[in-house]
Amino acid sequence: MDLLLSGIEILARWDVALALLVGSVGGVLIGAIPGVGPAVAIAILLPATFSMDPIVGLTVLLGIYGSSMYGGSIPAILINTPGTAVNALTTYDGFPMTTRGEARRALSLAYSSSFFGGVFSVICLILFAPFLAKIAPMFGSREIFLAALLGIILVVIAHRKHSLIAAALACFGIWLNTIGLHAASYSKRYTFDQSWLSGGVNLIVVVLGLFALSQAFILLQGEDERTRLTKLKGSFFQGFRELARHPRVAGVSGLFGVVMGMIPGVGEFTAQFMSYSYAQRSSKRPEDFGHGSSEGLIAAETANNAVPAAAMVPLLALGIPGEALTAMMLSVFYVHNVIPGPGLFQNHMDFVVALYVSLLVLNVLVVIFLLVATNQLIKVVNIPNRFLGVCILTLSFVGVYSLRNSLTDCILAAAFGILGFILKRLHLPIVPIILGMVLGGIMEVKLRSAMARVKTPFDFIDRPIAMILFLMIVLVLGLHVRRVWLDRKLRKAKTWSTSHASTSFAAHLYRRKDYLLTERGKTARAKRSTYSRPSTGKK
Amino acid sequence: MSNDISQDHRRPKRGQLLFAVLFLAASALLLARLGDQTKWLNGKALFAQPRFWPAIGVGGMVVFGALHLWHLPRRRFTRPDYLEGRVWLSILEWVLWFLAYVIAVPIVGYLPTTLIFAPLLSRRMGYKSPRMMWISIAFAFVIVVLFKSVLQVKIPGALAYEYLPGALRSFFIVHF
Repeated sequence: MDLLLSGIEILARWDVALALLVGSVGGVLIGAIPGVGPAVAIAILLPATFSMDPIVGLTVLLGIYGSSMYGGSIPAILINTPGTAVNALTTYDGFPMTTRGEARRALSLAYSSSFFGGVFSVICLILFAPFLAKIAPMFGSREIFLAALLGIILVVIAHRKHSLIAAALACFGIWLNTIGLHAASYSKRYTFDQSWLSGGVNLIVVVLGLFALSQAFILLQGEDERTRLTKLKGSFFQGFRELARHPRVAGVSGLFGVVMGMIPGVGEFTAQFMSYSYAQRSSKRPEDFGHGSSEGLIAAETANNAVPAAAMVPLLALGIPGEALTAMMLSVFYVHNVIPGPGLFQNHMDFVVALYVSLLVLNVLVVIFLLVATNQLIKVVNIPNRFLGVCILTLSFVGVYSLRNSLTDCILAAAFGILGFILKRLHLPIVPIILGMVLGGIMEVKLRSAMARVKTPFDFIDRPIAMILFLMIVLVLGLHVRRVWLDRKLRKAKTWSTSHASTSFAAHLYRRKDYLLTERGKTARAKRSTYSRPSTGKK
Repeated sequence: MSNDISQDHRRPKRGQLLFAVLFLAASALLLARLGDQTKWLNGKALFAQPRFWPAIGVGGMVVFGALHLWHLPRRRFTRPDYLEGRVWLSILEWVLWFLAYVIAVPIVGYLPTTLIFAPLLSRRMGYKSPRMMWISIAFAFVIVVLFKSVLQVKIPGALAYEYLPGALRSFFIVHF
């Protein structure tokens, strides 16, 4: 209770209140505009928050992160285009409801589910905080190294069907982080004797290039889309009443969001799909899913809004970001000399609680704003794409140039913008690059300091948490190998399905042997017929 | 690791081979320079070597990049690949717009450059109506006031501001 009060005391300032308001309203607006998204907004605003107090800067960014998904559901429901990537599942049931003339019911359900998910996760984490504070100090260098390694493995294998290129891009991120002066030995690495590379490649420059500039290029290159909005009829409060009729779906989806959010590298997509499949399996009318099911909409929206608060756990407790947005926030901590990790939980627990309380207040603010302003807000969906591209390009300049007033940074950001544009066009993942950069740096430092106290390989995992993390890594890799094997088998079975032949390896070998024998038999018969030609009877 | 692109119907096939080849070539070049771009220090443990993590990075890029290339369904360049390459090159125009903006700001000033850049680029994008021109001018003005005047982000005063008379000069340097 004392912690809660001291947390509220930190927040009881006019600038924090203003930051909360700006973050929540700004986040909803950004989420509602398809093609912008929270990553672009956070990347642009990041340098602007460096001059603010840590709590003010983080509140603005958390506001955008936490509220963008509320806004993202608006275009997902009204025009079948997700405002943010994580609202893709909302279109499955939201848009069919709009086509049935129930747009306001769908929006209201999305708001109430998002609100429930957001509040549920914050309450879970406030209750969970004392336990975390006990566990966090048990994380030494080797545990943090193993947790970062687990995070990077999860990020790679979470990109199913793209995991090879995701691994290559994560390694690219690790390599990018090594450019510049090696702090421990003062030797240069991959600077190619260029003085501007001695300081390394700035994470924010990479983030701005990959997220903001690439998005501007995508929008400038594309075409404007004409959208027709339907008129909204009915009450916005009906969603809360409907949500109360599905407490099980909402509760389980919120729980999935909290658990998945806490695991680095997993995030909203997995939480959403798990809760959606659960809701469909346990529903009395599973056939309605994908055709405007209220349970489907509740599952998707509750799960994705429960993630942001939970995603702050690995960041605050261990200093390990689980995805791109928390990786960006990590740089805000570093700029203000607040080092997230076990020390933060031990010494500044009130700061952690203040962040959670701000998330709670944020959810309330967003819902009030949406209940009042949805009719006006839906007009932002009509902003032309190419004009948005002009706006993002103009705003990206502020983000990059205000860092160090460096033309080189801008050229580098433009180069990463081109890379991001190519990756987005090819539907290849960008997040592994960012996490490779951040987690690579953490792994390098922690492994070096951990190995100083390790004599045999087993020493590395002789502590309980290190052992658990190691076993988790082995388990995750084992499960992934098994999945790849099953996928491969399934693919083979599909290929051979027309021949009605067995797909087992033994059967394949038998057929091969049969074929070889037949071929060999043919050759042998042909040879025999050459050497012992039938006699013509002539001499 | 699974990488079956043919199973992912949302992912376009054009340009994949071009990207994979370029990525692998760049990775191989970086790996070839590992020896002269990093140092091996005698007497230090493997994990503390300055070469260790760059080797993990570029080594992983080459290995996984090669496996990705090997798993691609198309092994030959086709016309859609070349067309995709042209699309990649076409965005150089926007890169040049951006860099011209960056170069002009320290000379002309943040406010004047933004007031010219936003409407000009909007016009280039096909928004020629007076309404869109005014919207882009208003947008440019709001952005400069918000970031430079209110949030006080670090954007230096321009060379052109030096020619302004006394009080106006310092006002422009601080706020615009």
